[in-house]
Amino acid sequence: MRNIFVFIWRNHFVFLFLLLESLALSMLIQNNNHQRAGFINSANIVSGNILNIYNSITEYFFLKQTNEKLAAENAALKKYSVNSFFKYDLQVFNISDTVFRQQYTYRTAKVVNKSVNKRNNYLTLNRGKLQGIEKDMAVITPDGVAGIVKDVSENFSTVISMLHVNSKISAQIKGNNYFGSVVWNGNDDSYVDLTDIPSHVKLHKGDTVVTTSYSAIFPEGIVVGTIDEFNLEAGNNFYNIRIKPGVDFRNVSNVYVIGNLLKNEQINLEEETIND
Amino acid sequence: MIELILKNILRFFLLIIFQVLILNNVQLGAFFNPYLYVFFILMLPLETPGWLLLVLSFIMGLCIDMFSNTVGMHIAACTIMAFCRPYLLKMISPREGFERGSKISIRKFGINWFITYAGILILLHHTVLFYLEIFRFSAFFSTLLRVILSSAFTLCLVIVTEYLFNPVKKN
Repeated sequence: MRNIFVFIWRNHFVFLFLLLESLALSMLIQNNNHQRAGFINSANIVSGNILNIYNSITEYFFLKQTNEKLAAENAALKKYSVNSFFKYDLQVFNISDTVFRQQYTYRTAKVVNKSVNKRNNYLTLNRGKLQGIEKDMAVITPDGVAGIVKDVSENFSTVISMLHVNSKISAQIKGNNYFGSVVWNGNDDSYVDLTDIPSHVKLHKGDTVVTTSYSAIFPEGIVVGTIDEFNLEAGNNFYNIRIKPGVDFRNVSNVYVIGNLLKNEQINLEEETIND
Repeated sequence: MIELILKNILRFFLLIIFQVLILNNVQLGAFFNPYLYVFFILMLPLETPGWLLLVLSFIMGLCIDMFSNTVGMHIAACTIMAFCRPYLLKMISPREGFERGSKISIRKFGINWFITYAGILILLHHTVLFYLEIFRFSAFFSTLLRVILSSAFTLCLVIVTEYLFNPVKKN
């Protein structure tokens, strides 16, 4: 027994290294398996607050662009306001609440940390549990889809960006409703790929790709991007389609987090059907 | 002695802040990701005991991981780097061994020695880091290119930093 202690003491450098290294690897693998960031991520209270302060300083440099973007979006929204429609009929329409029931809620959030040059990219938002953010909510910008909420702490949340190797978003081509999945190959942050579009569909460069109504996360019809390039390999039944995302991921600052009020109802019903 | 400790503590915090707030936001495409913070591990005094070297590198990796959503990756890379440092130093030491209390610097050992020392450790660190990041072998060669280009970039930054804070005096 004594010899063992002597042996360990003599080689304490190697043993300490093995201990620390296995600790690091177990943290890494645990995180990969369960897809949760544990406590050491930027939703962490200390680093989250420091990044928040840093961001509140740097956001002044981008005030002009942000204002222009918000103004453009306001203009687009005003187009749909009641005041901008000409009333050509004197008939009165009543919008009855039993016909329209709110399904989606929108909350604003600011991006306090982001990356684009990794294999797995994340965004950190300055909204969390206390502001009503939950796991698996959709995150969009005025330009299109940004990602899906992954972890939530009291005041911060992390988002799996579309530029994440495991991100998979159901999308369709606007107009003909053939649908597939938007995935990222991990190399170039200015393009993503659309898979599973069958070869008989007619495609055009510049076609818009939007989200489908099949997932309980995204509302239907939110822009993902536009088709930049497509080709069909001989003998293949599906196109290779390259999409230019609507969002410039290097430059996201303000986002909307979308909650689906009917999500649990839909998921529970679907699970019941599968289990029977 | 006190001065040495204070200097290293200051270097620790400055490098973390510089890495997290500035270098992590430098976007030069997927192939250039500089990690200057390893400068801290490179510059620890020669007499640092082995266990302290490992623990300090572990803490350094933990701090960087906290800020960049990469649980465990930087810790693993830093710890391996710290583990190999004493063996590498033994291999490339001058024939009569290091003088007691001498500091690692370009001024003392010359630019060639410094590039060998820093280059090997940085390459090791980046190899572990980038392969742990993708966690599979399917993109082997594109990752290898990332490792090489990023290591070269980091090495340049390390040499520039060393010249800035420890200039070579002309006789």
